[in-house]
Amino acid sequence: MAVATSAARVVPEGHPTGTQADVTRDVVATLGPASRGYVLLLLGAVSLFLIGILTFLVLIKDGLGHAGYNPPIFWSVYITTFVFWVGIGHAGTLISAILFLFRSPWRTAVYRSTEAMTVFAVMTAGLFPIIHIGRQWIFYWLLPYPNQRYLWPNFKSPLIWDVFAISTYLTVSTTFLVFGLLPDIAAVRDKVSGWRKTVYTLTAAGWRGTDNQWRHYSRAYLYLAALATPLVLSVHSVVSWDFASGIVPGWHGTIFAPYFVAGAIYSGIGMVLTLIIPLRRALRIEHMITEYHFDNLAKLTLLTGSILLYAYGMEYFIAWYSGSPFEQATFFRRAFGPMWWAGWTMITCNAFVSQLLWFRKIRTNITALFVISIFINIGMWFERYVIIVSSLSNDYLPWAWGQLNPTWADWGILAGSFGWFGMWFMLFAKGFPIVAIQEIKEMIPMPRLRGGHH
Amino acid sequence: MGLLKRAKRMPGLLASFIHIDAAADAIRGLRAMGYRNLVVYSPSPNHELEEALNHRVSPVRLFTLIGGLTGCAAGFGMTIWMSYDWPVLVGGKPIASIPPYVVIAFELTILLGALSTVAAVGLFSVLMGKRGVAYDPRFSDDQIGIFVPAGSEDMGRVENLLRSAGAVEVRHEAA
Repeated sequence: MAVATSAARVVPEGHPTGTQADVTRDVVATLGPASRGYVLLLLGAVSLFLIGILTFLVLIKDGLGHAGYNPPIFWSVYITTFVFWVGIGHAGTLISAILFLFRSPWRTAVYRSTEAMTVFAVMTAGLFPIIHIGRQWIFYWLLPYPNQRYLWPNFKSPLIWDVFAISTYLTVSTTFLVFGLLPDIAAVRDKVSGWRKTVYTLTAAGWRGTDNQWRHYSRAYLYLAALATPLVLSVHSVVSWDFASGIVPGWHGTIFAPYFVAGAIYSGIGMVLTLIIPLRRALRIEHMITEYHFDNLAKLTLLTGSILLYAYGMEYFIAWYSGSPFEQATFFRRAFGPMWWAGWTMITCNAFVSQLLWFRKIRTNITALFVISIFINIGMWFERYVIIVSSLSNDYLPWAWGQLNPTWADWGILAGSFGWFGMWFMLFAKGFPIVAIQEIKEMIPMPRLRGGHH
Repeated sequence: MGLLKRAKRMPGLLASFIHIDAAADAIRGLRAMGYRNLVVYSPSPNHELEEALNHRVSPVRLFTLIGGLTGCAAGFGMTIWMSYDWPVLVGGKPIASIPPYVVIAFELTILLGALSTVAAVGLFSVLMGKRGVAYDPRFSDDQIGIFVPAGSEDMGRVENLLRSAGAVEVRHEAA
């Protein structure tokens, strides 16, 4: 890996072309009037969101029985979708914070869109525990606040760790996104006129790019990246401990934290590909997000997909090697029980489809990547579904076994979550620079009076 | 609030540069003349300008550290105090069981560390920043700006220095 000095940041491949003024012009152009396709997509997202709202109203009125919450399965589609959306967020932080620390120049073109995806995905995920608890209006009981009975939350419970992890993650990733946006909003402010200028002047918070501002900003950005890096690893570890701390067969594994983090990043990059492949065409920024960037994203997908392949294999091996009949039965059922189709969907979409990316031809074929990314999205949703539902449906006591049949209320909320996420992402893409103006400019050497290189 | 009022404009010279080496030369020249209170605008952070300006390292890092340590202490303090405030035995574990509380302390370390970092930038770059300094929208696009506040020095000499270094434009800003 090419490391370190800022002079070495200039890479021949994937290097932005054009001048600094071109960058501002092209990115500001993405904020122009919306096309018809954009409006239609946005309306589609809003309608899906309304379906979710209606479903939620029925749930508030009647309760979670509509969602098939019956013994022994009280965690099903909502928790699956919660983990799915939290996982989506992780790729954004990986690209914006971890690759920043690694000085990977290719992150620059894509990091803003992935970071926005992170914030909106975690915003979506955060709704699910609230929907899932049933009496949604008292969700604040999860927080440690002085109450009439002098009770505090049980900090030994992974569910409370989750409250802290997810709310910290949402706050810090939002902060990171907004902070990175400031100089870019200022650049937009200086290009537009009328009421838009007023809006961007207010949101730019007085940013002018003075030496003093950059001095504090660059340092702060480094520290934020350094804080976000362990945070992102911790968040999905904590989410995995929601399961691994329980003694349910199929959940109680030490492999869970790294396995979930790798899966989260894998699913997130899948969603990044699903989002930016159409987006870069719609916003006409194909020259900024190129084959080079997709090749690198695909390599990350291959890496994390291979970790999943290993983790799936190891789970089955340990289940056999443990000698525990419960563990063995759970994994046997995942492959050959009533949920075999879900189990094989997960293994095929994640462990096998990702292996196609060994071929450079596929990594640089945008259509192929888009198709693969859809498989990843489906596969990673099913991974969580299989882990949660198959373990709960058949645990230690045969008289308590049962099956889950997802209902319209499950699908309604799931559809609503995609609408809610899509709506925010699309509004963001039209309202704010979806490509980081300032960081791309940093990669373009400024003209020199005396020629030559510094 | 003084913040919201339009600040009094500072008199001085505002020079624009297209070339990075020219701007760095001008900064070094001005600093040799004794100017320490320049304001330099650039579309993105640039190490040549940083070297020419030779600033001290930003004090933001101290805020990150203090915020992080506060979060860590608050995390352990809160969980341990709350456990003993209403002691409940859970699973035969000690009333205050440190390993699970590490998670809470860790998350709060990150949370307060990040928030205080951003607060420090707001404090140093916006609230404590110089006000009333002339600006040009081209500085967020592709030009570098140098603002020299009017001093006892002959401004003609400063203007000559800026022009000979390679400024594409020098503007006089009246009070």
